[in-house]
Amino acid sequence: MHRDYDVAVVGGGLLGSAIAWGLGRLGKSVAVLDEGDIAKRASRANFALVWVQSKGLGMPAYTGWTVRASQAWPSLAAELKDQTGLDVCLQQNGGFHLTLGEDEYEQRTQLVTRMHNQVGAADYRMEMLKASEVKRMLPLIGPEVSGGSFCPFDGHVNSLRTFRAFHTGFKAFGVDYFPERPVSAITKSGGEFSLTTPQGEIRAHKIVLAAGNANQTLAPMVGLFAPMGPTRGQIVVTERTMPFLPHPLTTIRQTDEGTVMIGDSKEDELDDRALKHSISAVMADRAQRMFPHLARLNVVRSWTGIRVMPQDGFPIYDQSETHPGAYVACCHSGVTLASNHAFEIARMVTAGALEPELVGAFSARRFGGEGAANNSGY
Amino acid sequence: MFRRSDQDRRPSLQIFVDGVTVEAREGDTVSAALLASGRDVRRETAVSGAPRLPYCMMGVCFDCLVTIDGVGNRQGCLVPVAAGMQIEIQKGKREIGR
Repeated sequence: MHRDYDVAVVGGGLLGSAIAWGLGRLGKSVAVLDEGDIAKRASRANFALVWVQSKGLGMPAYTGWTVRASQAWPSLAAELKDQTGLDVCLQQNGGFHLTLGEDEYEQRTQLVTRMHNQVGAADYRMEMLKASEVKRMLPLIGPEVSGGSFCPFDGHVNSLRTFRAFHTGFKAFGVDYFPERPVSAITKSGGEFSLTTPQGEIRAHKIVLAAGNANQTLAPMVGLFAPMGPTRGQIVVTERTMPFLPHPLTTIRQTDEGTVMIGDSKEDELDDRALKHSISAVMADRAQRMFPHLARLNVVRSWTGIRVMPQDGFPIYDQSETHPGAYVACCHSGVTLASNHAFEIARMVTAGALEPELVGAFSARRFGGEGAANNSGY
Repeated sequence: MFRRSDQDRRPSLQIFVDGVTVEAREGDTVSAALLASGRDVRRETAVSGAPRLPYCMMGVCFDCLVTIDGVGNRQGCLVPVAAGMQIEIQKGKREIGR
């Protein structure tokens, strides 16, 4: 406890864990300061997609960053498997966003066109498919499905096992994980940071703030800025069933173990203790209109969680100008970007500088100190 | 393994287990009838395929999951038998269409 660490990572969710694992992989001595089990964990509202399509409208750099993450995921999965023996069941054979009715089809077509005009079809390869074409790849769609967009880069992963693999990896790399350590103050003196927790002080040469929505309050302690606009998400899970869904959708996916997850609701509500059944009902209804067979399955669990959402929807990565060595990282898509966090962000923090060509667009300086309009890049 | 009590005078009825006629008693649950049948009625779990039999007999453990009249994942311990009922020992996950 009293030793000095190379890096203290504040936040032990998926984003903090990915960066801490990546730092441990590079031989750094790392402490992860996490809250306890009752923390409002954003990770628990994850939908486990490794998702490319529709990311980056309004910020082309986010498209590039996302494609890079998608392409690096196989290496991450392989390294985790080698290190921990855990198979995170990465599947990247393309994913769909299905539409119900002609209006939704038109809207999605326009979105696809706008994305192509922005980034060029070559590096994105998202295309609209008619219902008859979708049916060839997803034979069980219902008659209301009007079509959908398909992107061959899209996929999904077992996110729980990914999280467990990172934590198993911590032990192998000698990364120290400390639960029940919410950070209340951060000071810097003599080139070293000191973080105050209820169970004592942790000292480190560098710090990475990866505390999700709490970054909003932590960042100003070290001259950083992380304006957030969190949203609430609900998830409905069915009993296990034989594989029927060969590709994940933005709103429905079947896990490697057979359960069907239905998700992607988005509310301004920030109470994560109770579900809104009217919203679960709409989610379940849309799911069974897409796949009528789902109507026969029993729902076994549903829950809600507060998701991380930077104010404009795009990730924030910054190093403090007033407190060099202090970094902030927050994003909505902690599963998709896990590979970038483990490999690229960890490498840059180790080197001591964020690389402008890769992540320069994600500085919080884009908010101009005021906070831009919420035009959600997700 | 299980033997019916001599005191049990309930009328019998017929059900079908994987297409084979099996005698049950009025008031049996599906799980009780399966256990009393003397047949190998072990299901296979959805993920690892481990063999399982009904355990708690009161709706809690879900180890009695079985396909009844074409509907998968029914809890056999909570469903009373009916004459002519078609039972299938479920091997692995439920099929989505049933």
